[in-house]
Amino acid sequence: MGDYNVPIYYLLTHILHCKVQKPPKISDRTIELGNKYSPSFVCMPFKYTLGTLLESLEKGANVLLQMGGGCRYGYYYALQKEILKEEGYTFDFINLVTAGKTDVKKIIHDFKQIDTKFSILKSGYHLFITMKMIRYMDKIDIMIRKNIGFEKNKGEHIRLKKQMLSSFEKTKGYFSLFFTYLQYRKKFKNIRIQKGKCLKVGVIGELYTIMEPFANYDLEMMLSQFKIEVTRFTNATYLLFQKKKRVKKYLKRVKKYSKNRLGADALDNVGRMVYLGEKKYDGVIHIKSSFCTPEIGVMPILRRVANDYEIPLLFFSFDANTSKVGMETRLEAFYDMIEMRKKNE
Amino acid sequence: MNECYLGIDIGSISTKGVVIDKNKKVIASCYIWTEGSPTSAVKRVLMHLRKQLDASYVLKGIGTTGSARKLIGLMLEATVVKNEITAHAVGTLATHPDVKTILEIGGQDSKIIFLQNGIIVDYSMNTLCAAGTGAFLSSQAKRLGVEIEDFGDIALRSENPVKIAARCTVFAESDLIHKAQAGYLKEDIIAGLCKSIVLNYLNNVAKGKKIEGPIVFQGGVSKNKGVVKYFEELLKQEVLVDPDGHLMGAKGVAILASETANKKEYSWDIKDVSFETKGYECTGCSNHCELLKIIKNGKVIDTWGSRCGKF
Repeated sequence: MGDYNVPIYYLLTHILHCKVQKPPKISDRTIELGNKYSPSFVCMPFKYTLGTLLESLEKGANVLLQMGGGCRYGYYYALQKEILKEEGYTFDFINLVTAGKTDVKKIIHDFKQIDTKFSILKSGYHLFITMKMIRYMDKIDIMIRKNIGFEKNKGEHIRLKKQMLSSFEKTKGYFSLFFTYLQYRKKFKNIRIQKGKCLKVGVIGELYTIMEPFANYDLEMMLSQFKIEVTRFTNATYLLFQKKKRVKKYLKRVKKYSKNRLGADALDNVGRMVYLGEKKYDGVIHIKSSFCTPEIGVMPILRRVANDYEIPLLFFSFDANTSKVGMETRLEAFYDMIEMRKKNE
Repeated sequence: MNECYLGIDIGSISTKGVVIDKNKKVIASCYIWTEGSPTSAVKRVLMHLRKQLDASYVLKGIGTTGSARKLIGLMLEATVVKNEITAHAVGTLATHPDVKTILEIGGQDSKIIFLQNGIIVDYSMNTLCAAGTGAFLSSQAKRLGVEIEDFGDIALRSENPVKIAARCTVFAESDLIHKAQAGYLKEDIIAGLCKSIVLNYLNNVAKGKKIEGPIVFQGGVSKNKGVVKYFEELLKQEVLVDPDGHLMGAKGVAILASETANKKEYSWDIKDVSFETKGYECTGCSNHCELLKIIKNGKVIDTWGSRCGKF
């Protein structure tokens, strides 16, 4: 998902004594494969991950890892396992999050079964580095989102990020990681940008669609071409460390609109919407994959918040075959609209 | 010498061309079917428009809108390439400065635009579905053996429109067949269809948003008197329909072209340019992008559809 394959790859190569195969990048073929073997009314993450699993099996993988939870995604591994078995593949399947809960004992047990030399102590250390790496990546990403639309030499941010990821891949230990991070943070700060008063847009919605650029047709890049500053809340750091702490805060903030947790990230999105309204953002874009039940449920609430704060709100719903042209038209119109509003203020 | 500006709206079903003068008055217009080939449709539009104008007019700007706006913008070297929503709003504001809601139903899509004091404050467009668009109406007209142009008049004759499922074309169609076979009058069925279009639009596009007057109704379907009648009935307000309603997008983009600072002189011979497109799949990496090469006068001027930015 996104660029998180770098830290995950790091983790697996350091804790396991077997060959770790990088999953192939998501391509049109991945989606085609996923589509072919998925029920058509299942949400997009299922199709994408199933496609990736199939491609990995074709390349010779015999142990598959899957994680996910929150909504019905937590049960997808079971269905995917059955589908793949029916296709005649043999493999071991390790699920890191079972029905919304992480069972550490079971995971350690599973890992020991595939790797007899598996060491808990060593894994703990590398897990720590991996988490740090994810944190640093997210911090850099927040900086990039703020500035990428305004860079003087086009493509500089992307180029530098690629360099950063490849040096992260070669991380030796915690200190080397930390220094690489500091070095690149400085480099990113030194990129020349030209930024005056600009439009600000918040992107909220379902986590997979937000975090995988292939799934949202590079929405953030398209926004940056309009010279819009993007604020996005969902990233791995948020999901892993911050989400649990925020729930109470969000429930308090959205008291007027909802009393319940609504499932998955739905409550968080209402909370963010209120926040963006209070901060007087120029617009909000809500994205989800088609048939995502929690996010569909939250749409009417978001619309009400948008009315109360008079903030433009645009919905996108992605399926495996959404046309990019329709999306461009809507985005362009959205940009025209928020620009006109800003000028008339 | 008189300045004039050209606006072209290339929709999925029809292509519209408008020429305006300095005072934003329409001096020539043209409306033809796209027939699946936007480039040749535009060439025909240019030919028609040129015949309507006298030689004293000099073309100073070109704007394009509609679903083929990018392609045609490249072909004609347009100064303005704008999305349909902005173009329609600008065009409508020129004739109805106080408009608050624009309803638009075209061949393939339908949209609603809300305005306040002359600026767009909200809009929405239908997604994923052909229910409630012109394409559905014309296919059903064919099924019933009625010319689409007569649809509205027949609908007005009905006193008791049948109820037809409004959510989905597939259900609407089976409903319609069922009603026809059960022996309902044709005009009642046609009136029911018109009503279902309106209901679908209000449910799926307007989605419970507050619709305030003055309301202007545009797009090809606005020519259908039956649909207009049911809009007025359900909204309990007057719905304005312009005789030029179908040209508003083209007019809007022509106005935008006349307002930009960047102007240049065009010759009407642009229609004779040789313009080709060629689709192929790139095998450079695992993305396998579907690419479209754009060839003008034998030279590749652009390639679209790449995800990696190689082209």
